[in-house]
This record gives sequence, C-alpha cells and structure tokens, in this order.
Amino acid sequence: MPDFTQAELAAIGLSLRIALTAVAAALPPAILVAWLLARRDFPGKALLDAAVHLPLVLPPVVVGYALLLLLGVRGPLGAWLEAEFGIRLVFTAAGATLANAVMVFPLLVRAIRISVEALDPGLDEAARTLGAGALDRFFTISLPLIAPGILAGAVIAFAASLGEFGAVITFASNVPGETQTLPLAIYAATQSPGGDATAAKLAAVSLALALGGLVLAEAIAKHMRKRFGR
Amino acid sequence: MPQLDFRMTQGTFALDVKLDAATGGVLALFGRSGAGKTTIVRAIAGLVRPTSGSIKIAGRMLFDAAAGIDVPTTKRRIGYVFQDARLFPHLRVAANLRYGLARAGDRNSKGIEFDAVVELLGLRDLLARPPFGLSGGERQRVAIGRALLAQPDILLLDEPLASLDAPRKAELLPYLEALNLRTNVPIVYVSHALDEVVRLADTLAIVDGGRIAAHGAVADVMSRLDLRPLVGRFEAGAAIDTTLLRHDTAYALSYLAFGGSEIAVPQIDAEPGAFVRVRIRARDVLLATKRLEGLSARNILAGHIVDLIPETGAYAELAVLVGGQRLVARITRAALDALDLALGSPVFAVVKAVAIERIVRLRDSPGRNAG
Repeated sequence: MPDFTQAELAAIGLSLRIALTAVAAALPPAILVAWLLARRDFPGKALLDAAVHLPLVLPPVVVGYALLLLLGVRGPLGAWLEAEFGIRLVFTAAGATLANAVMVFPLLVRAIRISVEALDPGLDEAARTLGAGALDRFFTISLPLIAPGILAGAVIAFAASLGEFGAVITFASNVPGETQTLPLAIYAATQSPGGDATAAKLAAVSLALALGGLVLAEAIAKHMRKRFGR
Repeated sequence: MPQLDFRMTQGTFALDVKLDAATGGVLALFGRSGAGKTTIVRAIAGLVRPTSGSIKIAGRMLFDAAAGIDVPTTKRRIGYVFQDARLFPHLRVAANLRYGLARAGDRNSKGIEFDAVVELLGLRDLLARPPFGLSGGERQRVAIGRALLAQPDILLLDEPLASLDAPRKAELLPYLEALNLRTNVPIVYVSHALDEVVRLADTLAIVDGGRIAAHGAVADVMSRLDLRPLVGRFEAGAAIDTTLLRHDTAYALSYLAFGGSEIAVPQIDAEPGAFVRVRIRARDVLLATKRLEGLSARNILAGHIVDLIPETGAYAELAVLVGGQRLVARITRAALDALDLALGSPVFAVVKAVAIERIVRLRDSPGRNAG
C-alpha cells in the first residue's frame, strides 16, 4: 500500500464526495425524465431525448463551456444566482458537482429508462384496482421494480463521475481542495516535474474505483434478476 | 350486481352494452375472443371509459356520463382478477394478499378476513414464497385472494383459466366453485369456454360483436336455438338444473328430477336433494316418433318440438320441451323430413345415460327456471 500525501488524499476524498453528490442530485430528475421518455408521448419528446443525450456525444469541454456561458459570473443565470442568493458556481466544489451531474445525467436516464420500459404496465393497473393511488403505486410498485436499473445506473454514473475531466476543468477550473478531483490531480501531477509517482498512485486509485464500480453494478443487476425471476 | 347501459368505441370496434343483472351469484360473460367481454369488465373497473351511458354496481353509480360521474378505479371497490394474474414480483405471496386489504380501510370492510381467504384458497403453504416459481394455478389463486381481500362489492374474473393447461384448470375449478358461495361476493366471470360457464355460472350473458346478445338463466340461454351460431356447433346442447332424487346402488345409477321428468345418470357422489346441473349435448340426443322398446338407452323422455331450425347443410336443430325444460337435439335434415317433424310434433327424446355430463352444484341457481 503506497503512502498518500495530504494533497493526494484530499483529491481522492473530494472526488468521492463530488461524485456521490452529483449522482444523488441528478437521480430524481433522471427518474422523472426517464419516466417521461418511456411512458409518455408529448410534443418535443424527440428534442428532450436528444438534449438529454447531448453530454454523451459533445466534447466534455463544450459542456463545461456551455455551463460557463450560462452560469458563469457574467452568464444570465449565474449573475442572477449570485445577485439573489450569493451563490457562485465557478471555481467551487458546487460547480464541479454540477458539471459532473450534467455529464452523468444521460447515463442515469438510459439505465432507468430501460427499467421503466421493462416494467409491466399491467401491474400498475392491478394496483389501481386494489385501491392504491398514484403516489402510493409509484413508491410501492414502480420504484421497487425499477430499483435495479436505478442502482446499476447510479453505480455506473458514480464511476464515470470519478473520471470526469473536461467539463469540470472548463467550468470549475483546477483548484486544489476545491475542484481538483482525481483526474485533474493526475493531470496536474503529470505537468509538474517529479509528479510521476503521484500520477501513478492516483491512476491506480482511479482504476480500482472504476473497476469496483463496474463489478458492483453487475452484481446488483444479477442479484435483482434472480430475485424477480427474470 | 351489474347494471350496465353504456356505449364506447375502441379503434374501429364499437360496444353497445345493455345488461341488467338483478340476481347475485355468478354471471358469466360468454363469447368468442374479440367479442368485447374483456372491454366490458375493464369498463366496470374504470380501466377504460365509455363515451356515454352508465355503470352501476351493487346499487352504487360508478359511471354516469350524463351526470358527470366517473369514480376512479381506486375507489370503485372492484376486485379484478386478470388473465395473467399480475402478482407483484417483488412482494411475497402474503404481502401480495395484503396489498388491497391494507388499502380497503375499515369503513369499507366486508368482513373478508385474511385467514379465511388463505383457508378458502389453500394458500397457507405459499405465504412466504415470492411469486416467481409459483405454478399458473397457484398464481391465479393468489390473485383471486388478493382481489377478494380488497373487500370488493363485486369480483371480476377475466378468463382466469385461459392461460392454464388442463390439469391446472382442474385444480383451480373447485376453488372457483366455492368462491361465490363462501364469500357472497357477486362474480362476473368472463370466459370463452362453455364447460367453465356450465360448471360455474348461475346466469349467462352472451356477448357478440360488442353487444349482449342474450341474458338469462344458464339453462334458458343455452337452449335457445337462435344463439347456436354464437355458441358453436359441437358445444351446443342444453343445460338443465335438476335435483338428485335417489341412487340405485345396485347398478350405480342416480336419478335426477326436473319438472316432473326423471333421468338416469351414472351414480353421482352427492346426497339426495343435491342440486345437479346436467349438460346434454345436442349431438347426443336421438329423436323418435314412437316410444321405442329394446333400447339400451336409459332415458326416453316424452315431449314436443317447440323450436326448429332447418339449416341448409346436413343438419337440423330442434328444441324439445320436456317437463318444462328445453332439450336441444341435432339430427340430419334427411331424418327431419323422413320423420315428418314440425313445430308441435310430439316426439320421444332418447338420451344415453353415459352421455350426460353431471355437475354437482353447491346450491340452487338463483336464476333457476321454475319448470
């Protein structure tokens, strides 16, 4: 086990915290959007579908740049946030979290949408005849049944979030202890003389976390399939 | 019981349903697939909305387009058993059973208790199991229990046997028979299998092309010749509600009485006084103009022809009134002409005892013809 410096530990801790918060924040709207895309027909559905997937196909730097334009100090939303609430996103951990949340949003939506599409609408009808209202049905029938998709999506999104670089560095910049997550710290280390050891250690940590995440996601999916007999 | 008077369209299919089922018990909705049976029960449950008319169940108005009434499904107090059971896969059997019960509330309780339902449907050993791994018949029993425990005003069974193989059907049928008798919850039973209808139903509504083509006591509806095309040629026959008179143990025969007539059938495992519904297929009935002698058939019943449909093909359909009940016979058109049979002709209907299907009923049919 290699020794970690204070700065390296800070980068690991920050990465975990930001990834966790980003996934948790993105989850409720992702469930809502996945539900809409899977179950509803409405004008502009194709547009919403495309917009949700944009972060997946755009260069992450462009996503970060768009966030900067919108939420930067002089951006329309950013200026308003700062004037009204004193919230500043650029150069802050909150900003890094937001950039991460936007980047992993399509991953969450895709995973959850597949679960919602696999959900038998007949079960919802059955619950209706048994006297369960809409919210009741969502929390007692639909949510538990799409939980495997939500969990698997969340784990993948968490792992991907740990590696997010372009959007974070563009929008939130590379501030040690504030926005310098693992990949940013690795990048910084490779750019500084004598940083090879740090880069190698942090890269190993990244690999372990990513691999662990993928294995965990598969294990969850397998367990759920077994439990529900599908 | 359902009082239906509504119209709706689904795609190109139009329904115009008028049905006033006054009596309780088991009402069968019988018809071919695509006739509109399932849509009718879905409308009762509020899963589809008619365009006009009204739906009243157990005296409670659930839908009235003119008055703007449309009680949501969740408040209709309907027990719905779907063809595919639709158990919640993430809940164990016990939790599935309690799902509706927990939401029924004390105010609407009909006193249908968990343990009683578990006993009635033989679910004790299944309670701790997840739905995955249950057999088709077990699933349906759980689904029926779950619907019953929701304390419904009426139970809608939408072809609960249709997806089961023959042994599973045979396993489930006795539970269905006991259902209405033990719980007193009226039942609407959707089916396209006549044998199920004859076995379970008290009253019968024939659904055809989105309409109720006929409705009445099972025996009455089944002996109507004009409905033959809807019932199907080889299914055709009369259903007669009888009372068990006595046994002849020496020959292992039982004698059944209806409207002053008596028929012999192979011995039935029931006490004298039991209600027995017999089904006599039209193709199993011989007609004679004279009382025949030297015949092996046990049942020779005197009556006269009350209805007659000479088809254009090889066959002719006749209804023979015997002791106030109609027997249906199918003979060849050649025989019809040779015997010179016409409306009002006195005839003897000959039925082999072994060709009579017997169904012991747990109680008398509410809609029974006085005969």
